[in-house]
Amino acid sequence: MTPLLTLKGLTKAYPGVIANSDVSFDIDEGEVHALLGENGAGKSTLVKMIYGLVKPDSGAMTFRGAGYEPATPHAARSSGVAMVFQHFSLFNALDVAENIALGMENPPKQRALAARITEVSEAYGLPLDPSRLVGDLSAGERQRVEIIRCLLQDPKLLIMDEPTSVLTPQEVEILFKTLRQLSAEGTAILYISHKLEEIRSLCDGATILRLGKVVGTCDPKATSARDMAEMMVGQTLHIPSRDATQPGDVAIKVDDLTLASGSAFGTSLKNVSFEVRKGEVFGIGGVAGNGQDELLAALSGEALAPTASVQLKGASIGHLGPNERRGEGLLAAPEERLGHAAAPDMSLTENAMLTGHVREGLANRGFLNWGAARVFAEKIIKDFDVRTPGPGNAARALSGGNLQKFVIGREILQRPDVLVVNQPTWGVDASAAADIRQALLDLAANGAAVICISQDLDELMEISDRFAALNEGRLSPPRPAAGLTVDEIGLMMGGAHDMEAAHV
Amino acid sequence: MIHLVKRPQPSRGWSYATPLLAVLMTMVAGGAMFAALGKNPVEVIRTIFWDPLFGEFAFYFRGQLLVKAAPLILIAVGLSLGFRAGIWNIGAEGQYILGAICGAAVGLAFYPTESVFIFPLMAIAGALGGWAWAMIPAILKTKFNTNEILVSLLLVYVAEQLLAKMALGALRNPDGAGFPGSRNLSQYPSAANQELIAGTGMHWGVVAAFIAVIFAYVLFARHMWGFQIRLTGESPRAARFGGVNPKRLVIFCLGVSGALAGLAGMFEVAGPAGQISIDFNSGYGFTAIIVAFLGRLHPVGILLAGLLMALTYIGGEAAASNLGLPSSAIQAFQGMLLFFLLAVDVLTNFQVRFGKGEVA
Repeated sequence: MTPLLTLKGLTKAYPGVIANSDVSFDIDEGEVHALLGENGAGKSTLVKMIYGLVKPDSGAMTFRGAGYEPATPHAARSSGVAMVFQHFSLFNALDVAENIALGMENPPKQRALAARITEVSEAYGLPLDPSRLVGDLSAGERQRVEIIRCLLQDPKLLIMDEPTSVLTPQEVEILFKTLRQLSAEGTAILYISHKLEEIRSLCDGATILRLGKVVGTCDPKATSARDMAEMMVGQTLHIPSRDATQPGDVAIKVDDLTLASGSAFGTSLKNVSFEVRKGEVFGIGGVAGNGQDELLAALSGEALAPTASVQLKGASIGHLGPNERRGEGLLAAPEERLGHAAAPDMSLTENAMLTGHVREGLANRGFLNWGAARVFAEKIIKDFDVRTPGPGNAARALSGGNLQKFVIGREILQRPDVLVVNQPTWGVDASAAADIRQALLDLAANGAAVICISQDLDELMEISDRFAALNEGRLSPPRPAAGLTVDEIGLMMGGAHDMEAAHV
Repeated sequence: MIHLVKRPQPSRGWSYATPLLAVLMTMVAGGAMFAALGKNPVEVIRTIFWDPLFGEFAFYFRGQLLVKAAPLILIAVGLSLGFRAGIWNIGAEGQYILGAICGAAVGLAFYPTESVFIFPLMAIAGALGGWAWAMIPAILKTKFNTNEILVSLLLVYVAEQLLAKMALGALRNPDGAGFPGSRNLSQYPSAANQELIAGTGMHWGVVAAFIAVIFAYVLFARHMWGFQIRLTGESPRAARFGGVNPKRLVIFCLGVSGALAGLAGMFEVAGPAGQISIDFNSGYGFTAIIVAFLGRLHPVGILLAGLLMALTYIGGEAAASNLGLPSSAIQAFQGMLLFFLLAVDVLTNFQVRFGKGEVA
């Protein structure tokens, strides 16, 4: 049997970086093939070449036995290749059928299209009402719109880029059912992800990329997640660990916090209550956009709250600003590294000054001690293994992982009593992520309370003592993390958001 | 094809070189404009840039240089605080007028009493006048989120009407035979902004400008407020996280720039101009915007840019009278300076690459 798609020696270089070097592999008809690699390994460039968005410098592709050189996504689609992007390209003000018509070459009449949408969505267990406005849909439902848009073209190969990052575990299960059905009908799927357990349960074959090169292939069903991870990063992985400790007194208490979001498209916090004890790691999960940024702002002091709704070591601090809270021992590291946690064009010394001046004594009556700030920045760079020529470099010149180590290190070295982090390992390579998690665990072991907001459930299960989930601005009642099942976590995150699989 | 590739960090070398490059390009394009007007471009450029410093009448022009540069520098230093933080005070001209009116009013109120306290009181009144005028856009912005660019700019025209009213009414010289305009403050010793060293043009405004440059330098280099201003300009969200109160910053930046513009107006009315008149203001408040950017919003840069701009003023006037150039040609020439500066600014953040590329 000839493979559906063959890649041979694909190479693509950009100024200063080789994105893909001599990449070759096959995808069979009906195969679910995983493309695995860390951020920057070259996965996106590779699929862009398959989808006609980028032209390879050298190498060749064959599709169903014939030469395949798509010059545009349009050419790729007419050959039978479809793609669901990680970021949706939908218009909120249009309904589902109108959005789908916009992406089609020859859209049929709206009524005929609506009938087709209903037909396809029922056939694949993805119920979707063609007349609903996209702006009212959940993230999972929006993804369905994108998938159905692809399925209407009857593709032979469906490319999916990190499809589960916006889904709850229940929604992931529904998606996988659909993908398995597609595969059984002969549609091949190229599945891009770094979530190893998903790949193990879904995929038939896997190609692993590192620094633009194929470094291995494996049968994911027969390979352990750990082995795949080590192939991906090219080194032995250190699994974070810590000794069991007895939690101490309550360090921070959030009591019935209700706060309108500062931005028009934000999520308001509703009656959020929890407490975290010294030495404890409290994990807060949830799908993006359910109030994570707002909760961080309310804790860091960027958003002011009714004074008694945030209590630090028994004192009400809801009315205090960021620097006053730093003085009391409550530190935070926001999700957005460039432009929130750090100023992109400022040097690392200046960024060390940004949050460090209160607790590190870098300012005296308003006058700044740049020498001390530089020493502090150098200490962060050294202790947290930040790869950079020196503290004089601009924050934006650092890679994502290195800047994240700098940002987390900057807060940890200030010896916080309570540290709040949002997405501490987002977009960070696996070994740096392990270092950051270990640092958070060490901080807790030394008696600090750590609040970790994250969308990575594996991460939360790995480091949390107790777990709760944000769903539409509400926090579920916290539960001990040990022994929680994936199903229970999914329900805390809001279950399938009323998306049930259709009964076929 | 020409491509721009973003630099990993802004180029330090280019950020110093671009002002010089802009001056050179202005000379070339301006020279072409003068040639098109039928003048010898080399002669015009020499009249503007060389003669005032080293020509036959340089002894007179050199003194003028400081007189013209001082208000530009004083105002531009104040503006640079706000500009660095992304707070755009475009109405320094109005604050300058109000400073002059308030300063002159205090001086005239004491006429003809002689006392050493009158001049300092006038300075305080001038600064307060400019400050109060700048507080209007500041408060409207913090309370109602209005656009400070529009409000501060439109208040310039209100200030001009007020100036005319004062010159014709409350501040008119009672001994002036009904002519518009106030008494001449420079002939009233206690209120006069005297030349401190004869023949140099050095007056109290020049001293204030130097102090402002030093003050701004220390603020940006060593003080928390300067750091917070820079932080807000770089990244407002990071500034918020760093504990900056954006509203307080708006009040502070607009307040300081208004007070400095007001001081500049007061020094002008008590010295070089001498009196409140209908056409007292001559555009220093707007030219200072060019000076601030030409100086890279850096205090020392502003000092140099102010001197350069004063030179084009003096040289331009000389060119207009000696060579018969229209004064609008001189204004266009000064405008080119800002235009080219903003255009070549791109080199600081981007590298230029030649050759065929592709859309990534």
